[in-house]
Amino acid sequence: MSEEILAVSDLQIEFHDHQFPETVVYDFDLELEKGEIVGIVGESGSGKSMSALAIAGLLPRHNMKKSGKIMYDGQNLLVCDRKILRSYQGNRIAMIFQEPMTSLNPVKRIGWQVEESLRIHVPEMSKEERRQKAVSMLEAVGLHESAKVYEMYPHELSGGMRQRVMIAAAMIADPEILIADEPTTALDVTVQAQIVELLRKINREKGTSIIFISHDLSLVRQLCREIIVMQDGRIVESGTAEEIFRNPGQEYTRKLIAAIPRVDLSVPRCSVQSKGLGRNGRTE
Amino acid sequence: MRKLSDWTKRMAKYHNAYMTAGCVLSGIILLMLLVGIFFSPYDPTQMDASAKLQGISWKHIMGTDHMGRDVFSRVLYGSRVTLIIATGTVAIGAGAGTLIGALTGFYGGIFDEIMMRIIDALFAFPSVLLALVFVSLFSTGTYEVMISLGIAFIPSFARIVRSEFLRCRNMDYVKSAKMQGATDLRIIFLHIMPNIRGVLLSSILIGFNNAVLAEAGLSYLGIGSQPPYASLGKMLSDAQQYIFSAPAYVFGPGIVIIMMVLGFSFLGEGIRKVQG
Repeated sequence: MSEEILAVSDLQIEFHDHQFPETVVYDFDLELEKGEIVGIVGESGSGKSMSALAIAGLLPRHNMKKSGKIMYDGQNLLVCDRKILRSYQGNRIAMIFQEPMTSLNPVKRIGWQVEESLRIHVPEMSKEERRQKAVSMLEAVGLHESAKVYEMYPHELSGGMRQRVMIAAAMIADPEILIADEPTTALDVTVQAQIVELLRKINREKGTSIIFISHDLSLVRQLCREIIVMQDGRIVESGTAEEIFRNPGQEYTRKLIAAIPRVDLSVPRCSVQSKGLGRNGRTE
Repeated sequence: MRKLSDWTKRMAKYHNAYMTAGCVLSGIILLMLLVGIFFSPYDPTQMDASAKLQGISWKHIMGTDHMGRDVFSRVLYGSRVTLIIATGTVAIGAGAGTLIGALTGFYGGIFDEIMMRIIDALFAFPSVLLALVFVSLFSTGTYEVMISLGIAFIPSFARIVRSEFLRCRNMDYVKSAKMQGATDLRIIFLHIMPNIRGVLLSSILIGFNNAVLAEAGLSYLGIGSQPPYASLGKMLSDAQQYIFSAPAYVFGPGIVIIMMVLGFSFLGEGIRKVQG
């Protein structure tokens, strides 16, 4: 019924910037269907961000060895021409980052930054059209008084608002795939819920496929149907959210689930920690 | 619509004591230059054997030199020469330096390594000495001095811009610009450059000062604009012989150089302070 738009197979990433090569991702596989949300969970250092950066084409070309395949639109993104890669970036594959505080250029107005993808990929669009589209995009991500926000600088906005701006900038060219690399980690809990809701809305209304990366299993469960659990650069478990929660096959997944804070249990936090997952599952 | 009051409010944010002092001093210099283009009390090259080395008077407000020429008129002309040379020097030095610094800082790697070793080698010489070498390669004259000093000024600009680019290239906003599909050149000039404009602007003003002083130094050594015309430095070196018999002669060009240098360095400092 649904078509597969992105297929990652046997992705392996090695760093070669030290004396000995170090492998950070082993045999990563991922299939993304149109309109699907896939979650990747794991503690910090588990290779989830690295895999995402590889899919986005943001890994540096030197000091690294990458093998495997990332197939999108008939192209292998790992080896294809930089020009082709750039024509996808921002236009068909977009990404939002963990730190909304630093992901926006401090000396440029919000409007300019939101429009950037349009300027690059749709140069024939007129200035006025671009502006209208940016303002309506800002409105769509829940920034009221969007015409005013358009004229502002990043330092005038709060963290949650900036993350919304990032989402607006990522979504403005209507990409097929949105990679969200821990988009909620730097935000507080209520704002986290709003951002997750916003991503769900985008997915529902525009049919954008989302790769959602987080260390917070409870957020991933809210949002995703498919979940991939990673540890030390390897996929330890994958399946639908229900399967994984009902019947976790791995000790590690069980620990991650146990690390979700629950209001109905009065377990002191330190006991969760002693079960072996560092810093209450909230790493980074 | 932005109203005028908004604009004054915006400007008030950029206000500080250094800025004011800098604006006033460089304003005086600029005014002097503009006036000098259209009007000067005497022809700067006109000699008068009967009025050699006179002191300050109403007739000659900065006195006369050893050939009876009016020092004020010569200062008006000379500061123009000095400023043109300094501007050209900074334009060449900052232009090429920024380009080299941006590319090496952004890309790094072997290209950076090679460029930086060349820059290091250039750095080993004082810039006046370096300029002297280039002057001896070309020849002497206003434009030759400008080019020589310009080349000698490239290393310091390249260093400053490179370090700023090293700081900025791994910033998250660069990553997100890349993710929007921006080419490297677009990232360098549209995304990173505006972030370093404060540093660049204040180093341009400091470079401007150094250029004024370096030009004065070269003129003092007898390289630069040729008689009968003179830059400020040349006038100082002429005046040096008469420093005891006619102290007024040193005073004129000296005070103008001081005002120029102080004005621009106050401006630079003021901009740096606003930048935080």
